[in-house]
Amino acid sequence: MYRRLALSLMLLWNSVGHSAVYQTSEEFLQGIFGSVIPAPKILWITKPIKQKATKILSHRIGFLRTRYWETDGGTVWILEEIGKTKPITVGVAVTNGHIGKIKVLAFRESRGWEVKQEFFTEQFFQAGLNQHLKLDKNIDGISGATLSVRALKKIARLALLFDKSLNR
Amino acid sequence: MRIILIINSIRIMDLSSTCRNTKHASCLFILLILLGLSCPGHAITVEELAEQFELYKKQQAKEFTKLHEENVRLRQENNELKSQFQTTQEQVDSNTTAVETVADSYDGAAKVAEWFDKTTIGGYGELHYNNLSQKPGKTDGKSFRETDFHRFVLFFGHEFTDDLRFFSEFELEHALTKGDGTSSGEVELEQAFIEYDAVTEPIGSLDNANVRGGVFLIPVGILNETHEPPTFYGVERNDVENIIVPSTWWEAGVGTTLNFTPGVSLDLAVTTGLEIPTTGGSAFRIRSGRNKVSEAKAYDFAYTTRFKYTGIPGLEVAGTAQYQADITQAQNDGVEDAWLYEAHVDFNHNVGPGSVGFRGLYAMWDISGTAVETARADEQEGWYVEPSYKINLVETFGGFVFPGDLGVYSRYEHLDGQRTRDRFNQWEVGFNYWPHEDAVIKFDYRNNKNSTDGDLDFEGIDIGLGYQF
Repeated sequence: MYRRLALSLMLLWNSVGHSAVYQTSEEFLQGIFGSVIPAPKILWITKPIKQKATKILSHRIGFLRTRYWETDGGTVWILEEIGKTKPITVGVAVTNGHIGKIKVLAFRESRGWEVKQEFFTEQFFQAGLNQHLKLDKNIDGISGATLSVRALKKIARLALLFDKSLNR
Repeated sequence: MRIILIINSIRIMDLSSTCRNTKHASCLFILLILLGLSCPGHAITVEELAEQFELYKKQQAKEFTKLHEENVRLRQENNELKSQFQTTQEQVDSNTTAVETVADSYDGAAKVAEWFDKTTIGGYGELHYNNLSQKPGKTDGKSFRETDFHRFVLFFGHEFTDDLRFFSEFELEHALTKGDGTSSGEVELEQAFIEYDAVTEPIGSLDNANVRGGVFLIPVGILNETHEPPTFYGVERNDVENIIVPSTWWEAGVGTTLNFTPGVSLDLAVTTGLEIPTTGGSAFRIRSGRNKVSEAKAYDFAYTTRFKYTGIPGLEVAGTAQYQADITQAQNDGVEDAWLYEAHVDFNHNVGPGSVGFRGLYAMWDISGTAVETARADEQEGWYVEPSYKINLVETFGGFVFPGDLGVYSRYEHLDGQRTRDRFNQWEVGFNYWPHEDAVIKFDYRNNKNSTDGDLDFEGIDIGLGYQF
């Protein structure tokens, strides 16, 4: 009996992956562009962008440039921000200066996993950036996932800032 | 005559070619003679030829001198280049050696970088100032003014793999510990566990699951697992999650968390249990039963389960039940099994320029046994409600001089604990100011009315400073 239970548990554990990646970047981009993903472009983090990004993140931005993909009237970004200790990877599509889609692609924290749920991320739809570099739409948090919620809000604001800085 | 001219012209061409090759002055002299002979219309004298030859020699001498100087300069430059090349070669050799040295040590450096990347350090702390009409629990009426660095905490974590990690919380309470026991400070290991992500891809409605073993926090209440100062109102933590739920409450054992879609989670844990005293001033007091995994008796384990729902943004509803077969870890002492029931709601929603918050919690112990019933300690309970409102100062007031967030709150608590001093109603009002999301300044006023002894009443203010990173 116990041997059978142990065997079942081993099979269960071996049958599942050990990756916290919910969707790859490529899959996210394919969801927007279809099978043909355009070549990415580069946004250099200039001093004015860096200053605003630092204000959004409450810490210095850790890269000099970032990739993005251009759509009709918008941009797509794959960005990361640390929740409590590990980076959360998020895909953000910006359309006409507002969030069109936001999805948690990889979550590596041991708590706060609820931010990947659609009931949370759908709150960001149509959110823009106000003059204080804050979202112009209210986003309710998740109790016990404060740091993960904060990370996702920062990523959304960062994507909107980057999109705006392109002056397209 | 025309034939002679053609022949001479051919000779001139040949000699010119020879002269370019040999660079011999005599060749040119002969050439000039032939030129003179080949031009019958122009008679040239020997004197003229000699004069031209002398002029030519001078030009050649000047040219030779110039070429010689050029040669000397080039030799000099060549020597300099050789010297520079030698220096460069030495530098290259030196750099090659350095690169090879770095390459040799790269493996070690990479391991250090990898270790650093997988190791995390965090922490929090809080400094308190209390100015009360009298010390809580006292009846002497003497004012109580105290400053205390209540908690200084460091987190250390390490990821062995993506799925297996270690986490710990190391705490110094009340800033000072003395070996002679005269200080109130404590050094505590509140968490030290290894956690494994057993399920990381959805299986039906099960989104993910992890298991852990070691010393960890009991999944109960609002503050027990999340108690960094910037995350709650009030300088001091609420009393219900101190007297009834003995936060911070940690035990040793094994546990698992199962997260279901959407926003439902279930915790199960088997841990060491409490060992409440049966005699003395703290008899049957729950908080005094914490052994803090320090040579803790382990005759009877505790079984804890928690159900939590967070499926609506801003809402958490949770309930915990814990069973312990013998809460004194000793038989035949008039105290038998015990149940803890706890339920709470934590809600935040954006209204107007800010966010409305509400926390409410109820907890009770149901302990069986003749001794505990005789002492009327078989049921101990408490509850509190805490409405709040939080705004961002810059967004609300524009050019306000202070950046950051400001939150105001009020809390009402009802306690019915074991000791007389633990039976009271307390009303509290105050504010938190966050200059940064991870730093907070707190102020509150509290009014405590004891349910059975009016001499225990007190009131006063608290000021606090807290941080987390």
